[in-house]
Amino acid sequence: MKIHLCLTGIKTIILDCNNISQYSVFLINSALMNRRDIMSAVNPDQYSYPSVFIYGHRATGKSHVVLSIMKDLELPHASVDCVECVSSGLLFHQVLSAFFGPDAAALLPRCPSLSDFVRLYKQMSSNSPATQTRYIILDRAERMRDMDFSLLPALLRLQELVNDNVTVILLSEIVWEKFRPNTGCFEPLLFHFPDYSKGKSLVQILSWDHHPSYTPELYASYINILLGVFFSVCRDLRELRHLAVLNFSKFCEPLEKGEAKESDIHKLWKNIEPHLQRAMQTVYLREVSSVQWEQQQMDEKEATTLRVLSAHAHIELPYYSKFLLIAAYLASFNPARTDRRFFLKSHGKIRKTNFLKKHEKTSNHLLGPKPFPLDRLMAIFYSVVDSRVAPTASIFSQISSLVTLQLLSQVGHDDQLDSPKYKCSVSLDFILAISRCVCVCVRLLDLLALSLVIQSQVVRQERSLFTAVSNLHLL
Amino acid sequence: MCVSVYVLCVCLCVFLHCVCVCVCVCVSVCVCVCVCVCVCVFRHLLELLRRTAVHGESNSVLIVGPRGSGKTMLLGCVLRELMSLKEAQKNVLLVELNGLLQTDDKIALKEITRQLHLENVVGDKVFGSFAENLAFLLEALKKGDKSSSRPVLFVLDEFDLFAHHKNQTLLYNLLDVSQSAQTPVAVLGLTCRLDVLELLEKRVKSRFSHRQIHLFSSLSFAQYLDVVRAQLSLPPDFPDPKFSDEWNHSVTKLCEDKTVEEILRRNFNGSKDFRSLHSLLFLAVSRVSVSHSTLREADLIEAWRLISVDSKANVLHGLSILELCLIIAMKHLNDTYDGEPFNFQMVHNEFKKFIQRKSHSIHKFEKPVVMKAFEHLLQLELVRPVDSGVCKVQREYQLMRLMLEHGQVMEALQKYPQCPTDVKQWALSAFG
Repeated sequence: MKIHLCLTGIKTIILDCNNISQYSVFLINSALMNRRDIMSAVNPDQYSYPSVFIYGHRATGKSHVVLSIMKDLELPHASVDCVECVSSGLLFHQVLSAFFGPDAAALLPRCPSLSDFVRLYKQMSSNSPATQTRYIILDRAERMRDMDFSLLPALLRLQELVNDNVTVILLSEIVWEKFRPNTGCFEPLLFHFPDYSKGKSLVQILSWDHHPSYTPELYASYINILLGVFFSVCRDLRELRHLAVLNFSKFCEPLEKGEAKESDIHKLWKNIEPHLQRAMQTVYLREVSSVQWEQQQMDEKEATTLRVLSAHAHIELPYYSKFLLIAAYLASFNPARTDRRFFLKSHGKIRKTNFLKKHEKTSNHLLGPKPFPLDRLMAIFYSVVDSRVAPTASIFSQISSLVTLQLLSQVGHDDQLDSPKYKCSVSLDFILAISRCVCVCVRLLDLLALSLVIQSQVVRQERSLFTAVSNLHLL
Repeated sequence: MCVSVYVLCVCLCVFLHCVCVCVCVCVSVCVCVCVCVCVCVFRHLLELLRRTAVHGESNSVLIVGPRGSGKTMLLGCVLRELMSLKEAQKNVLLVELNGLLQTDDKIALKEITRQLHLENVVGDKVFGSFAENLAFLLEALKKGDKSSSRPVLFVLDEFDLFAHHKNQTLLYNLLDVSQSAQTPVAVLGLTCRLDVLELLEKRVKSRFSHRQIHLFSSLSFAQYLDVVRAQLSLPPDFPDPKFSDEWNHSVTKLCEDKTVEEILRRNFNGSKDFRSLHSLLFLAVSRVSVSHSTLREADLIEAWRLISVDSKANVLHGLSILELCLIIAMKHLNDTYDGEPFNFQMVHNEFKKFIQRKSHSIHKFEKPVVMKAFEHLLQLELVRPVDSGVCKVQREYQLMRLMLEHGQVMEALQKYPQCPTDVKQWALSAFG
């Protein structure tokens, strides 16, 4: 039964929810009144509010609920994803072809402007006037801010511009305050889709994927274990579903092998928990693909390390390039004043003063690498490398290769041939990985240890630092 | 075509601010906007346009007012009234342009040519280049004079956007025509910027008649309440008179209720325009259903709560605990360094300090996992890079700012579901 309330301005129809799909009913019931509010904003037989803005986190069901309302009530709608619309002409084309057919869209000129779109829309709608409200649904609407500046304000008041019964629904992750143009615009109705709560909604939704050959209780306990590991890091429903599906076979392994029963939750937990921790470092970060992850589970070799995407394992550098990179790291993160102390064989008195100035204590490892000239790099390189090296072109060309590999970056202008400046772009972990590959003597490790000490800004280790330095120069 | 400024009339409009009558609404648009406009303004504008239409006098006028104050509504009513006059109906040509749609002089010119049905239009297509079209249009307008040509009304919506076109050629030419003894032309601009005259070039400004109509609403709260009551009541021609009587009665009682009045007063203090009132009333009325078929004060309270909620607080509610800790770390950095921009390394450092010293419930996460959480915050635009251009700086060292305030973070922390106590304590402690 519909209540038809006719007020002197605001007309609303209250629709009944009986014929909406089950998933939408769940979403509508489990969340707050907000989704029912959207139903009431949907006004097929009269003019509804010209624009509606729906915001909420990823995977909270915004697109799903809106599209299922449209489909179940069979409303004329055009659903456009703004990420696909690199130019506004694509948006216009999609809207016109959804409402009036592809012939109408073909009438658009080559690079249609908003003016052409509105004119054509007016023409088409006068030929086929709307018996019901037409809806334009713009997904990921934050991309519209980067298109023409007048597109967003014009779409918000499209009803007034084309003089037709049309409503624009914007869906986005980002709040409305970041959309508002400078001189203002027509304010849309705002709706918020709240995130799922852990206990009630999230576990329930994730449990719908349960495998038919196992009981739902087992799957629910698996989901609880998974959420125990991942919930504090990520609440995105899609990610959690993906992780759940990937790791379930590993979870069920003891059951299949007969080592445990379904009620031995503790044993199952002990089996799966380290696996999930490893998943957090690899699959969650997309360091390995899901296919590789599944294969690795099938191989059952726990000890093999996965080939990850990050640079660590992959890059094979020539021998001297590794030393050059280590020298570059030391040059970037140690201030130039300390070079004399660390790298010269004899440097005079060691004074027991704070060798780090106050401002340098925070800045060294927090602000990032500092640029250094080429000469300084070569000087440190010669003191770091363990054999006598002649300054040939092959050494210098390795520096340019490092720049091309983006392990070093050049600072300053390209045509500064005289004294180019560089910066080290890799992290300490990478340097440590490299220096482990190279058979590095104790001396180099000490240098790196010094660098680490500087990083941790611990002043009380100065005494041991000075002993380390003096030992160094006795070698 | 005297360029005199109607000082008297403008002053009258500005200083009198007399509010009255609902100039009501075009039938085709069902969302009814109730506009309170000076009757003298209406009469003034109508008279101006009538002089152009009937007597062939060229005019230009700007209607200035904040968003939602009724400029388009006013113009619509005046034009309808004008077209009901017999002499005007036969003669007048109307050209409607909008600054949002016609973003360029070229497009605007094509639109004018199309709407005037000049000879270089076949069907829908306008032939010729921009220069040819402009020359053709000016020729067509120049040939006429007071007695023998049809008056043209140019309506320019979002007038301030036309001032951003290159060289302001369109504005210059239109206003030039309105100043010389050619075809009688009336140029009407509508804009929301009060400083619109400063946007015009000197030569354009001198051709403008400096006639401005300001629409400011000076509603008192009692009148506002009357408007609310009128909006919510059902019209007398409603098909079920018994229901309509009950409804109107309940609405009258509701408007006398103290809490409702308080809510309406807060909305009124926020903004006097009717669009915000409509969104509030819309949310309230949409809670009416089969089970309870009258409007209650609980509906209005809930609608007010939805409208006045901080949307960023809603976003913070859905973050994971790691992301929340990063935000608290950033807040501490802001407090310590007085709002200086920070980078990911610094945030990670603060977070590590918390994990090592104070935390029991949150265990150590690897740096890439923390980086992924940080990037999620970047995507939600809760954190923004200081210079948004492409930088040759590594991601971890790029300087950022937090787009939340101290108060917002603390409030979000109170509402966060199942927040661990050590995290809350960390947030409340003074310097991390």
